Amino acid sequence: MKELLINKLKEKFQDFIEEIIDYSNELTFVISKNKILDVCYFLKNNEDLKFDYLVDICGVDRFKKENRFEVVYNIWSEKLKYRIRLRIKVDEKDLQLDSVTSIWKSADWYERETYDMFGIVFLNHPDLRRIYMPEEFEYFPLRKDFPLIGIPDSLPLPRRN
Amino acid sequence: MGLESYLNGEGFFTTRVNDLLKWSRTNSLWPMPMATSCCGIELMSFAGPRFDVARFGSEVFRMSPRQSDLMIVAGTITYKMAKVVRKIYDQMPEPKWVIAMGACASSGGMFRSYSVVQGIDQFVPVDVFVSGCPPRPDSLIKALLDIQAKLKKEPISKYY
Repeated sequence: MKELLINKLKEKFQDFIEEIIDYSNELTFVISKNKILDVCYFLKNNEDLKFDYLVDICGVDRFKKENRFEVVYNIWSEKLKYRIRLRIKVDEKDLQLDSVTSIWKSADWYERETYDMFGIVFLNHPDLRRIYMPEEFEYFPLRKDFPLIGIPDSLPLPRRN
Repeated sequence: MGLESYLNGEGFFTTRVNDLLKWSRTNSLWPMPMATSCCGIELMSFAGPRFDVARFGSEVFRMSPRQSDLMIVAGTITYKMAKVVRKIYDQMPEPKWVIAMGACASSGGMFRSYSVVQGIDQFVPVDVFVSGCPPRPDSLIKALLDIQAKLKKEPISKYY
């Protein structure tokens, strides 16, 4: 199974796979940022692979100078009964990434969550608003430089009397 | 037993309007269940047959704030939810009381986090805080009795 996947992907996207990590029986591909749409489209629509279920999208803050953020896609193939992970490195200076909502519709809310928590902007997303925090909130709470208790007075409370 | 023993075989008894109104009010507090998380389960138990708050006259849970006079805030209140709680509190007719049930409503509890209000007394006046995570229904009955004791002390003219 692993060989099939690695060969299939390498055959088509040789130059755009930055790294293949096989750890603890879990397969992870680190993909170039500008190729995410093509790779996802291939994984979903290829007759032998059919990764039809997007389980989750989440962000990671590595808190380092280069490639500070990562976006992780967990996908599942009902045909192969197999789960893989795609990882995209995102630099703090360029927080834009193509949305995969055109491929998996369920990406809509996952990408909104990633935007809300990390401030990563998904291009061509149908409705990129905050999903958890109030609209007027100005910070991104899951970034490592955000204090756990929050920033005083950043979230307004109703008056007591 | 009960009222008959005061009647001494006669058809009437005398009392003060103040006491009569207080007596009726203390024994018919209608709670508004503002249950947002696991404390809500204990709140249901509080109203259920085992603990049976009907003994204290508070079994009429009203889902509309306009018909209730006691708000029991049972659970974690986030900043987003705070506006809703305040709106519901504002819709309740005077006089009204608030119980902050459990650690989360009283102080934020284990959620010392950017999204959780560290105590609902920051935006609504609270009469009784109940400790516990979640509190046992007995503790909530004690809180109800505390509210009743508070009611009995206050002159009824305070509200009219």
